[in-house]
Amino acid sequence: MERNLTHIALFAALIAVLGLIPKIDLAAGVPITAQSLGIMLCGTVLGARRGALAVLLFLALVAAGLPLLSGGRGGIGVFAGPSVGFLVGFPVAAFVTGWFMERTTLSPMVAATAASVIGGIGVLYVFGIIGMSVMLGKTLGEAAFLSAAFLPGDAVKAVIAGLVTQSLARMRPASLLSRA
Amino acid sequence: MLTLTSPVETWAHRLPAGAKLAALALATTGLFLLASPWALAGAALATVALYLTGGGRFARTGARHLWPLWPFVAVVGLWHLWTADLSGGAAILLRMVTAVALANFVTMTTRLSEMLAVFEHLARPLSPLLPPRRLALAFALVIRFIPVMLDRMAQIEASWRARAPRRPRWRVLVPAVLAALDDADRVAEALRARGGAD
Repeated sequence: MERNLTHIALFAALIAVLGLIPKIDLAAGVPITAQSLGIMLCGTVLGARRGALAVLLFLALVAAGLPLLSGGRGGIGVFAGPSVGFLVGFPVAAFVTGWFMERTTLSPMVAATAASVIGGIGVLYVFGIIGMSVMLGKTLGEAAFLSAAFLPGDAVKAVIAGLVTQSLARMRPASLLSRA
Repeated sequence: MLTLTSPVETWAHRLPAGAKLAALALATTGLFLLASPWALAGAALATVALYLTGGGRFARTGARHLWPLWPFVAVVGLWHLWTADLSGGAAILLRMVTAVALANFVTMTTRLSEMLAVFEHLARPLSPLLPPRRLALAFALVIRFIPVMLDRMAQIEASWRARAPRRPRWRVLVPAVLAALDDADRVAEALRARGGAD
């Protein structure tokens, strides 16, 4: 029980840290913030339930007034802004990523990349696009067009989530709680 | 760690957090019911006035917190110039900026501890599933471990640089995640040794 709690809390902190560190070059010359990578890793490493709870805990602290979203954003204002759909989608994305990870027997690299694409991009964008369409008064198609700018970066992050998960599986198989 | 609460004490700092959140919910609902750009402009002006009651420095900080919205303002503005629907665009932008500004006002005038206390209170009905003490402990653990993990991340990058001429890329994330997992195990042991989380 204590282990569940500390894993959830430490991964919530990890999501925050990935948003706070100055943009690391995740791939050659593409500086992108790693926050949504943190969401994917919550799913691929912790699994569905713990992953989603870690994201919810992180969002609660953001809402409470800590500037933990990438770019130092935070407070209740971010939930009134146009990206609210993505924030609401974060825990669901982590859940779906973890759910997929728990139920497939593919190799960790393939499973984690595919799970991140389905959860961290597919599911997340459905929420994000609906949110943007409501907040900006645009049709779903127009909102999808506006969100497409983030797609290349998120595709890179899904592959990195796969690489990190694979390395974890090789170095310490027991560390993948989603596969435990 | 720095929070978004304004160090400039205003009258609104003294109001109870729950009341501010309830008022914010009402005001935001109202904004979404208003359709006319003139009514929304009135609401925006009222919000500016609300910020000015906190003084110039407070209002300037508040304006700075709105800066991350500029890409959306630019895109929606250009879009509506293109489709020649100026009043529709004005309504959308005024509503968006005012809603965010009002929410930021509540964040800027409420201390983190008060806000977390409201959340813990709101989570009361869930107490069979989520004991309040466990939630409070989770909040505290995250707040404590963010600076610890930032330091650890810096160490991992420094040792990478000491070994490799190339810049650290995604590979630094593997030891960072392993360290988080190890910390989680150790803290869990420490909590158990002290009588558990509840």
